[in-house]
Amino acid sequence: MEIVRSQRSRTNTPNDSVSTLPLYRYAPQLEVRLEDFEVFAMDRLRVLKGISDALARGKRPEEMENLVRDLWKANMRHPEASEDVNKDIISHFVLRLVYCRTEDLRKWFLSMETALYRYRFLLGSSEAKRALMEEFDLPCKAISRTEFENAKEKLEQVARSFDQPLPTADAIFYKVPFEEVPELVAGRRVYIHKGHAYVAMHQVVSLVVTQFRSNLSKALILTNRKWTSTIREQEKDRLTPIVEALSMSYLGPDYSQTKEFGEISIKDLDQLARSSFPLCMRHLFDKLREDHHLKHGGRMQLGLFLKGVGLRMEDALAFWKAEFSHKVGAERFDKEYAYSIRHNYGKEGKRTDYTPYSCQKIISSTPGVGDHHGCPYRHFSEENLRAALGRMGVGSRAMEDVVDKVRNRHYQLACTLTFEAVHSSSCDAGINHPNQYFSDSHKILQPKVEIVI
Amino acid sequence: MTKEESKNGSDDMLIDGPKQGNVIPDGFNPNYLKVYYGRLFPHADIFKWMSYGNDGRHPACDKSYFGRREFSFTLDNDIYLRFQSFNSESELENSIKEKCPSKIDIGPVYSVDPAKRHAYAQGGDNVFAPVERELIFDIDITDYDDVRYCCSGADVCLECWPLMTVAIKVIDTALRDDFGFDHILWVYSGRRGVHCWVCDGKARRLTNEQRGAIADYFRVYKGNENSNKKVSFPGPLHPFLVRSYTEVLREFFEEKLLLSQNLFSTEERYEKILSMIPDESVTSELRGKWQENRRSSNSKEDINFFRWEQLKNTLQSGKQKVVFVFPLTQKIVKSWIQLQYQPCLSFYGNLTREILEWMLIMNGRKPHLGNQLGFSDHHSCSLC
Repeated sequence: MEIVRSQRSRTNTPNDSVSTLPLYRYAPQLEVRLEDFEVFAMDRLRVLKGISDALARGKRPEEMENLVRDLWKANMRHPEASEDVNKDIISHFVLRLVYCRTEDLRKWFLSMETALYRYRFLLGSSEAKRALMEEFDLPCKAISRTEFENAKEKLEQVARSFDQPLPTADAIFYKVPFEEVPELVAGRRVYIHKGHAYVAMHQVVSLVVTQFRSNLSKALILTNRKWTSTIREQEKDRLTPIVEALSMSYLGPDYSQTKEFGEISIKDLDQLARSSFPLCMRHLFDKLREDHHLKHGGRMQLGLFLKGVGLRMEDALAFWKAEFSHKVGAERFDKEYAYSIRHNYGKEGKRTDYTPYSCQKIISSTPGVGDHHGCPYRHFSEENLRAALGRMGVGSRAMEDVVDKVRNRHYQLACTLTFEAVHSSSCDAGINHPNQYFSDSHKILQPKVEIVI
Repeated sequence: MTKEESKNGSDDMLIDGPKQGNVIPDGFNPNYLKVYYGRLFPHADIFKWMSYGNDGRHPACDKSYFGRREFSFTLDNDIYLRFQSFNSESELENSIKEKCPSKIDIGPVYSVDPAKRHAYAQGGDNVFAPVERELIFDIDITDYDDVRYCCSGADVCLECWPLMTVAIKVIDTALRDDFGFDHILWVYSGRRGVHCWVCDGKARRLTNEQRGAIADYFRVYKGNENSNKKVSFPGPLHPFLVRSYTEVLREFFEEKLLLSQNLFSTEERYEKILSMIPDESVTSELRGKWQENRRSSNSKEDINFFRWEQLKNTLQSGKQKVVFVFPLTQKIVKSWIQLQYQPCLSFYGNLTREILEWMLIMNGRKPHLGNQLGFSDHHSCSLC
């Protein structure tokens, strides 16, 4: 892709796919105006951000399909209709540059582009779907009549279990190694036998998406290498500032560096838990005090949160040790648990500094029996949630609003309302990170302390 | 050397007893380890297993394969040595005998010999990264504490161990029939559970996502004490669930567990079960019957069986086809009551993706082969 300043763009080559859904295999041989470079990317970013928000709010697949169609229409149309496809491809490749640079960025971009691809695929016609499947070169084979007859009963059981119509005599099924369709296997949406999954026509999106994701993942690593080795330097006056600015927008702080309010000491924790922790962390904290133990998921979620809040590693070790000693003894704590706390602070193993979990990550976790992590607005029963909110001091009117949001699966909005009720002040930005809840709360509460002094 | 042996032939059997008397110290003694590694530990078998055929002579053998496997040793003073690797059977054997680890963990096979890892960058083309790792399941009897009244914690008895057997049957069948794996080793973990090692090449090369998918395939009940206990699966079931029910679970529940754990015998216990049923009219009808008849009129029949039959009949007479979940267990095995044309209670092997993930990366936590002395007899690994 060649970037030129303020010239009329000319298309030299058509895109690399017959259908309107491109494969993004190669950067297109196009000349792009510098302004378009940025504008196209911002438009696409709006689409991706919209998808990200919707997923965090737990929207259902049908809702997602409509949302994607609307977002795409609203943002990705070009004044000249024939340029639509080019805008699609160009914006994708620009964002690759932007989001290849760290693992967190790559992960986010990969998830959103994959989701976008999935719903655009589903929105396409059967013909488009079939054509795209051939382009992708997938390791699957349509099964024969005999195979179908042998598996028919099982295939019908699967269909019935999801309230799907039973497969007809001429239904097409693809036989595929189960490794290719992990999400279908995970949801028990396919019959598998001796390592092969029997995938129905309407499920092939899973195959396509898996392959798309895998291709993009590899491409991003390569892009990162090229960026670091040549492009960044070459383009330091032109593209690099734009690329770096683009990556700052929309994702917000990740709370891995705590600068604002200095350090928190252990003796403050109980009081802070009551005044400034969001419900998810307060629940974990209370359970830890009560049981003197937390399972792994809880240790991670709470531990990283406390790190983001400003708890130093030495204090963290002392804090967890004091609690766990009641249950497992100090010696066992040192042997079995201290390592992973140091690991979280980047002092062991890979020495990655792990970042505290965002709401999106917490909401999509799956706490099992004995676990206390996750998002209470999502994972608690209504009864338990009401009790917990009551203990936080949420009044009855606010409680109804919160519960109403939960019923509509707007978990983060529910948490925002809780924040507003507890602090008697509004939170316009909305909560999307537990550490954000804490820092906003701290900001509101702290001035009072200073005045007293 | 057991206590019995030492008592019976006490004077003869003592080798290095203390001067005080004929007492052989109970519990662990580091000298035993020396003997164990010297005479009992199957060095050759481990080497052969972990080589997966690469110790042969034909051209396709990868001579570097065994040397790329990480082992880690826990030494007597709790020192934990990671990234131990060996290029031959004798190197492995000598190191074990010399260090006498109290625990040996087997890690993944890396892209290069772990001893050389510092020479490789984290990113780029030449990475030091895990490339193969067996698929491992870890089932712990404490995950059943919710449904066994005979024991709790690390205790196990003949009444509750069958819960483990059932889980093993369900998982083993699915691994072979559904996923097509052949080389599966089930082994007692030494304390309170079992480990399952799936060693097929395909299994060793699974990604984290694929392992997670297998775990989710087994998972039935998602929840804990905070969430709603009533989870329903309306309608018919996936072939895996159907097979597990008909071939293993129904019989086990109705003929063994019901009675051995006295699931309906007291109010506290039957309330646990009633709390799973979403239909209030059903639960209050049953509660009414059971509160009155502290002892069933037909005292020849066991009260648990009798109440279970009553529950089935009451559910069946309700016109709805209600499917509901009975969370008998914690992470590993989930059970549910399903009413379609007849109610049934089922248990499922389940695995957390956490366990599978860290089994791959060996991120400071330890899947262990080390503690139990010797292999179980009931394994089907064709390499042995």
